[in-house]
Amino acid sequence: MHDKTLTQLANALDSGELSSRELTEHYLQRIQQSDAMLNSFISVTADHALEQADAADQARAKGNAGFLTGLPLALKDIFCTQNIKTSCGSKMLDNFIAPFDATVVEKLKAAGTVTLGKTNMDEFAMGSSNESSYYGPVKNPWDLTAVPGGSSGGSAAAIAAGLTPAALGTDTGGSIRQPAAFCGITGLKPTYGRVSRYGIIAYASSLDQAGPMARSAEDCAHLLNAMAGHDARDSTSMARGVPDYTDTLSAPLSGLKIGLPQEYFGEGLDPDVEKAVREAVSVYESLGATVREVSLPHTHYAIPAYYVIAPAEASSNLSRFDGVRFGHRCDNPSDLIDLYKRSRAEGFGEEVQRRILIGTHTLSEGFFDAYYTKAQKVRRLIRQDFLDAFEDVDVLMGPASPTPAFDLGANKDPVSMYLQDIYTIAVNLAGIPGISVPAGFVHGRPVGLQILGTHFAEAQLLNVAHQFQQITDWHLQRPAFAEESA
Amino acid sequence: MALEDSHVRRAAHLARLAVSDEQASDFVEDLSRILDMVDQLQSVNTDGVSPLAHPLDATQRLRADEVTESNQRDNFQRCAPAVENGLYLVPRVVE
Amino acid sequence: MQWETVIGLEVHVQLATHSKIFSGASTAFGAEPNSQACAVDLGLPGVLPVLNEQAVAMAVQFGLAVHADIAEVSVFDRKNYFYPDLPKGYQTSQMYHPIVGPGEVEITLDDDTTKRIRIHHAHLEEDAGKSLHEDFHGMTGIDLNRAGTPLLEIVSEPDMRSAKEAAAYLKAIHSIVTYLGISDGNMAEGSMRCDVNVSVRPKGQETFGTRAEIKNVNSFRFVERAIAFEVERQIELIEDGGTVVQETRLFDPERDETRSMRTKEEANDYRYFPCPDLLPVVLDQAYLDHLRGQLPELPADKRERFQHELGLSAYDASVLSASRDMAEFFEEAHRVCGDAKQAANWVQGELSGALNRENLSISDSPVSAKQLGELVVRVLDDTINGKAAKQVFQAIWHGEGDSADAVIESKGLKQVTDSGAIEAMIDQVIADSPAQVAQYRDAEPEKRGKMIGYFVGQVMKASRGTANPQQVNGLLKDKLDALL
Repeated sequence: MHDKTLTQLANALDSGELSSRELTEHYLQRIQQSDAMLNSFISVTADHALEQADAADQARAKGNAGFLTGLPLALKDIFCTQNIKTSCGSKMLDNFIAPFDATVVEKLKAAGTVTLGKTNMDEFAMGSSNESSYYGPVKNPWDLTAVPGGSSGGSAAAIAAGLTPAALGTDTGGSIRQPAAFCGITGLKPTYGRVSRYGIIAYASSLDQAGPMARSAEDCAHLLNAMAGHDARDSTSMARGVPDYTDTLSAPLSGLKIGLPQEYFGEGLDPDVEKAVREAVSVYESLGATVREVSLPHTHYAIPAYYVIAPAEASSNLSRFDGVRFGHRCDNPSDLIDLYKRSRAEGFGEEVQRRILIGTHTLSEGFFDAYYTKAQKVRRLIRQDFLDAFEDVDVLMGPASPTPAFDLGANKDPVSMYLQDIYTIAVNLAGIPGISVPAGFVHGRPVGLQILGTHFAEAQLLNVAHQFQQITDWHLQRPAFAEESA
Repeated sequence: MALEDSHVRRAAHLARLAVSDEQASDFVEDLSRILDMVDQLQSVNTDGVSPLAHPLDATQRLRADEVTESNQRDNFQRCAPAVENGLYLVPRVVE
Repeated sequence: MQWETVIGLEVHVQLATHSKIFSGASTAFGAEPNSQACAVDLGLPGVLPVLNEQAVAMAVQFGLAVHADIAEVSVFDRKNYFYPDLPKGYQTSQMYHPIVGPGEVEITLDDDTTKRIRIHHAHLEEDAGKSLHEDFHGMTGIDLNRAGTPLLEIVSEPDMRSAKEAAAYLKAIHSIVTYLGISDGNMAEGSMRCDVNVSVRPKGQETFGTRAEIKNVNSFRFVERAIAFEVERQIELIEDGGTVVQETRLFDPERDETRSMRTKEEANDYRYFPCPDLLPVVLDQAYLDHLRGQLPELPADKRERFQHELGLSAYDASVLSASRDMAEFFEEAHRVCGDAKQAANWVQGELSGALNRENLSISDSPVSAKQLGELVVRVLDDTINGKAAKQVFQAIWHGEGDSADAVIESKGLKQVTDSGAIEAMIDQVIADSPAQVAQYRDAEPEKRGKMIGYFVGQVMKASRGTANPQQVNGLLKDKLDALL
């Protein structure tokens, strides 16, 4: 059952072959059996899930089922869920029971999905390995000595291990695409503004975007159908029609113009990863696509620009965690300043504190223009690189990450960790959509092909990814872990 | 731009983070490396380029002036560390 | 040495929207603590702001009223600092691109001269909550109902040179925002709050002295008193060889002094940057034209019109245009009676006196503008004389009748103009007053004018005040002179 895609499971529910309760119980049981090893969930909401499953089965019996009705999924623990702990991977929110649902959660509930639980993540989504979580690192089901990527590492690992057929993640600098690549699943970061951010705990507001993670592009298309759309509660969500993303999945790719950014195939790229990616590109050529090299000349400056903008926004976004209205509060504060300083020092982990400090410093008097204003100007140049490239090609392709999943504990130095996001981070600065699809293995660890499109080109990305998955089976492969633990 | 201990301490104070001497020196080291990396930005020619705050060139939508929220104080204060008579409590604030 | 005072004001005006600037929570005053603080106001994790269109419209209306440039694009910034009444750890404000650009306000001084005070800009921002310092076991209680209430912060240029000018400016702002209906202007409830920047410099010097900022000076009177104290403090300090430090001071109305708020205050670093949760606010010309078309006549225009079209004195025009309620009352009374000077006299005389005695505002007046206008009509058409008119006014004020006519009728105050009837009364008074008649006859002719007053009084008394005084005068004089 757990080797099936969301789409296959939906068909099984629809045919009556399977009930949502059976499906939900099956995944809950798998989580119970094997998650101790992976640590991909922070909270498992079994009772809640079974209630939702029963409600879904009843709805189906009455003929009120949509495509997603009764399908289980997991939510990164960054989405506020009413009456369910929402920790954001932090001690700061270890005691936080959210009093409301995020808009995306509301939408998925309305579509009849079943929430299995909340997945582990880098603390406040700050990380690329899932090692910064207060709840401990997540392991990669393909190799338990490797990281699953981050920050949506729990979601990616849980899908790869067959603990959930799908999950939601968020992506601020690659946090959906990189763990999807590391865990051999499919993950889509939509255009900034495509999916509401309301109720998603903010890391960097001008970069954060939620997206679907699943086993196939087709699954992602179904999930995005339910997630996307304008939300009156989010000023940055766009009032723009939402197509049915499954309608165009089968469109032929002949004549598709693919660009390979030369900067994405340079120094630092693992040669085996490069080989896998170039082979994937040649699959597209066999489907009638044409390939040419393009340049994104400011690629090199994406990480520096990101590490000004994201920490600056984060330093302000995380000020609300002050021990007054919710979250961790230190014992016996001697005065107000002590309350603030100790609550925050105790509640936030090291990486979060590091980014708050960078952001505070770069925004402060005397540094603001040199850092923040400069980074925003460079951000415009980076976006322009993409817009120029999309004048000539339909999509861009390249690796999602320079290497396959690295070993747990391998990147102790923050800067070397940051450089892992070299191929994903510019996408968030530009606000364009990107998808990572499985495209092979290097030493038993998955490789992700990243496909990028222009603003609001999700349907095209899903189509391009789906066509690849029609003639390859990288996305259907399963780690031994998933089978052994069955 | 070299980062000094005083910068880190000032940022920690502004950000209300208690930082020990040992942590401060670690932060100085880490942040210095990060800022060295960030300093690559200075080599980009940005003459005539305006800053980009949002990835889309969209404008603010306005909300009708209507009261849509009802009193949810009990719901919201369930997750509060200290409340009394509906008020959030903090150590005495001296004006 | 001759000193010159330099004053600039930052006025925070609470805008009279129904809901908050970034959330759908109510802005009503006086609710149970935290019952009007929604998830957005509390800064719960994951919440986002959405801008209230009415707050924008009100800010623009103010801008248009002070002839300011309205920004085609304005941007919200975050002002970062920690304080328990500031739930998100930042205040959403407009630092770099405010919605209202440079403009100006005309103020009227005591000698009826006017002066233009430049407005540097006005920006939208959210209000903070309130800290309650009653004893909660040594703790402070935080009420966030006010958090997120829209404020328009109006920043003047340092154009004022005296406490009186500052007070006049504040009154002018008060009058504009209440005319526009964008604020209730209630200073006691904090709907309008004022920070005052004061410095002194030797007369003739071009550069400004170091200024002190006096926070939360929340009445017209306090503004004058706080400035007076502060100016004296600064001059004394400098003359004693000291220097003024740039600092924030608090006015204490009890002791009538300002004092330094935080002596060890560190320099703030608010780390302003554009709020990534809000997008640029873009206003087009059609929108501005639409709002311009809806602007009411403003105090300065009204004053001008009252003076030059209605022929009122500068003083009357200024008093009657100071508040929208007063101006509207006057205009309605004028519309009904058709005589601007009479209407002005009645509004400023009998009506204002009665309102002051009972401490009522003009909007609570028991005598309506229509009733007052009708009363004036009856004076103008000689139905009643001035004395009776005051009686009629009092009667309506106390609810003894709905209209001037009803009171005149019920109290029989209609003026007697029938000369036969008046002559009969005069004959009777002359017959009853032989001694006074004799005195009148024996008096020097130039003294007789004064002596006639006695007889007028007697006749008026006999008529219970209803006889036409001019007629009584004329007829009496004829009859008495006939006796000479």
